Amino acid sequence: MSNQMIIAIGREFGSGGHKIAKRLADELGLNFYDRRMLDELAEKKNIRIEFLEKYDEEPRKLFGARSVDARTKSYSNSIEEIIAEMQFEYIKEKADSGESFVIVGRCAEEVLKGRKGLISIFILGDHDDKVKRTMEKFDIDEKEAVLKNKRHDKTRKKYHNVHSDGKWGDSRTYDLCINSSKLGIDGTVDILKKYIGDRFDKSKFGKI
Amino acid sequence: MIAKITAFLIFFVMFILIVSDKIERHKVTLNCGFLTILLVFGLSMHSLSAITETLNIKTLFTQSFWYSTGSAEEASTGINWATIIFIMGMMVMVEGMAKSGFFRWLCMWLAKLVNYKPIPLFIAFMIMSAVLSMFIDSITVVLFLAAVTIELARLLKFNPIPMIISEIFCANLGGSATMCGDPPNIIIGTSFHFTFGDFLVNTGVISGIGLILVVLYFYMVFRNKLITDEHANVDISTMPKPSSAITNGKHFAASCVIFASAVAMLITHAQTGLTVAFIGVFITIVTLLAAGRDAYSILKKIDYKTLLFFVGLFIVVGGLEQTGILEDIAALIEAISGGHNMAMIAIIIWVSAIASAFVDNIPFAATMIPVISSLAEATGIDIGVLAWTLSMGTDIGGSATPIGASANVVGTSVAAKNGYIIGWGKFCKYAVPATLIVVTASMLVIFVRYC
Repeated sequence: MSNQMIIAIGREFGSGGHKIAKRLADELGLNFYDRRMLDELAEKKNIRIEFLEKYDEEPRKLFGARSVDARTKSYSNSIEEIIAEMQFEYIKEKADSGESFVIVGRCAEEVLKGRKGLISIFILGDHDDKVKRTMEKFDIDEKEAVLKNKRHDKTRKKYHNVHSDGKWGDSRTYDLCINSSKLGIDGTVDILKKYIGDRFDKSKFGKI
Repeated sequence: MIAKITAFLIFFVMFILIVSDKIERHKVTLNCGFLTILLVFGLSMHSLSAITETLNIKTLFTQSFWYSTGSAEEASTGINWATIIFIMGMMVMVEGMAKSGFFRWLCMWLAKLVNYKPIPLFIAFMIMSAVLSMFIDSITVVLFLAAVTIELARLLKFNPIPMIISEIFCANLGGSATMCGDPPNIIIGTSFHFTFGDFLVNTGVISGIGLILVVLYFYMVFRNKLITDEHANVDISTMPKPSSAITNGKHFAASCVIFASAVAMLITHAQTGLTVAFIGVFITIVTLLAAGRDAYSILKKIDYKTLLFFVGLFIVVGGLEQTGILEDIAALIEAISGGHNMAMIAIIIWVSAIASAFVDNIPFAATMIPVISSLAEATGIDIGVLAWTLSMGTDIGGSATPIGASANVVGTSVAAKNGYIIGWGKFCKYAVPATLIVVTASMLVIFVRYC
């Protein structure tokens, strides 16, 4: 039986999801992929990193790009879509190689759907906690933080829902949804570790 | 009046939905086509004859649909089945050619012929792109050319972006030269019963002049951008052999023969009387027979979505036609131009070019056909002149932006997937001046030759 473990984590902006994902990766001894995968992609495809960062996890614009079907394949010239596809390919390659890892965002739960060893988690948070975290992290005032959270969540939702069948943040899309405000970062990490551990224990009986 | 408003609204919604690219375009046109039949012809006009005329099925059973003596006939209305059947035939033939490795072989052979030197390669690929697009859809031409260009660019260490931009432009330009090069031309040709030769001596000559101008223009702007310092150290003896591209020798030979026969049939169709619909069916059957056991896999690759897109589109445009809106637009153009031929030509070519730069030129051309038909009737101007004007405007205008024509989308998509991102800024910086040069030159040639 394969021991591959892939933890795909979706998150609301300001929920501490990224931090939780990083902690899980460190504590479980797994590789960690977030937007830093762009560095590797930039080198591999010889594209400027700033360019990739600009379009990372961005939904396609309403106008300015088109898709054309040619020889049963669809060709889109939307830069957002092409960069998303590049990342999906990258994620699939990593999963195909048998590597175990934690990945943040990038519709990973959809891209890797059906793979043995995949656990999908969505992390949300209470409004006030998320605002406070964003204020501290970016050193901005409350009004700005509220707007920032809203803007990022809107973009993430649109990006996710364009590329996925399941809806962003919908409990039916993930194995587990958890509110990080209730137990804090440490408590959430602990409970997720327990959940992941139990799931992989079950895998001995072929039930992951 | 209600019928007119409903037909226009359906058309407008269809256009917006096609441009926004949220729903697959064949679903958009088919649904809008259904609404046209139901709301415009049925509920508003109560006209069964409008429905049968638009569906145009009976035309399939007339002799002139398959074999025509070339006598002038009235412009046809409704679903243009000849266009759809011909495009299907070309799809099958092109798929057979692609499967045998024909396009890759041709690109590799040409690259070897010019000794893999970037500047001669750049010029040779532009000319090849234009010549191939005269007979094959420009999407396929760009698909293969862009892929081989990137492969060669990596091996020979040059920058492929200038080559891809110029290949896309030349594919659209080459498409304007013949009746079968670009969908707007097929629709124009079959609607007005023009021959392959009619296009060649009219739009073909204009495109030829355009090609000389753009090759010079692209050479001027790109000559210093192609070559990198690393290029000098490349050993060309390590380049892949052209023959390695051929997947199956027998199929390759068959593809060459079928392609040559299709070209010969198209060039001589005015003399033989065989229509493009007949040629479409003929090349489909021959390709499938030659493919043997691969026939099914070729059939599976037919882009039926594009064919359905055309069916729906022609019904919606038929709605506009039957309700008389397009005649109103023709009257408007006539009024603005004051009946002057040159002003009319200038309006048609620039409006077509600008519209085609931003929206799909196929629905635009299909809509404009009844307009120029009414315009010719009302003003007495030769329909041919307006048809060539419309053809050049729609075909060339689409080259200006990354979304103007399907070939542009495919070319920029293939480039971006390989890490060569061509955004709006970069594309338009080079393509807009080239478009302006060719559209202006086309307008001047039309003025001098026909006015």
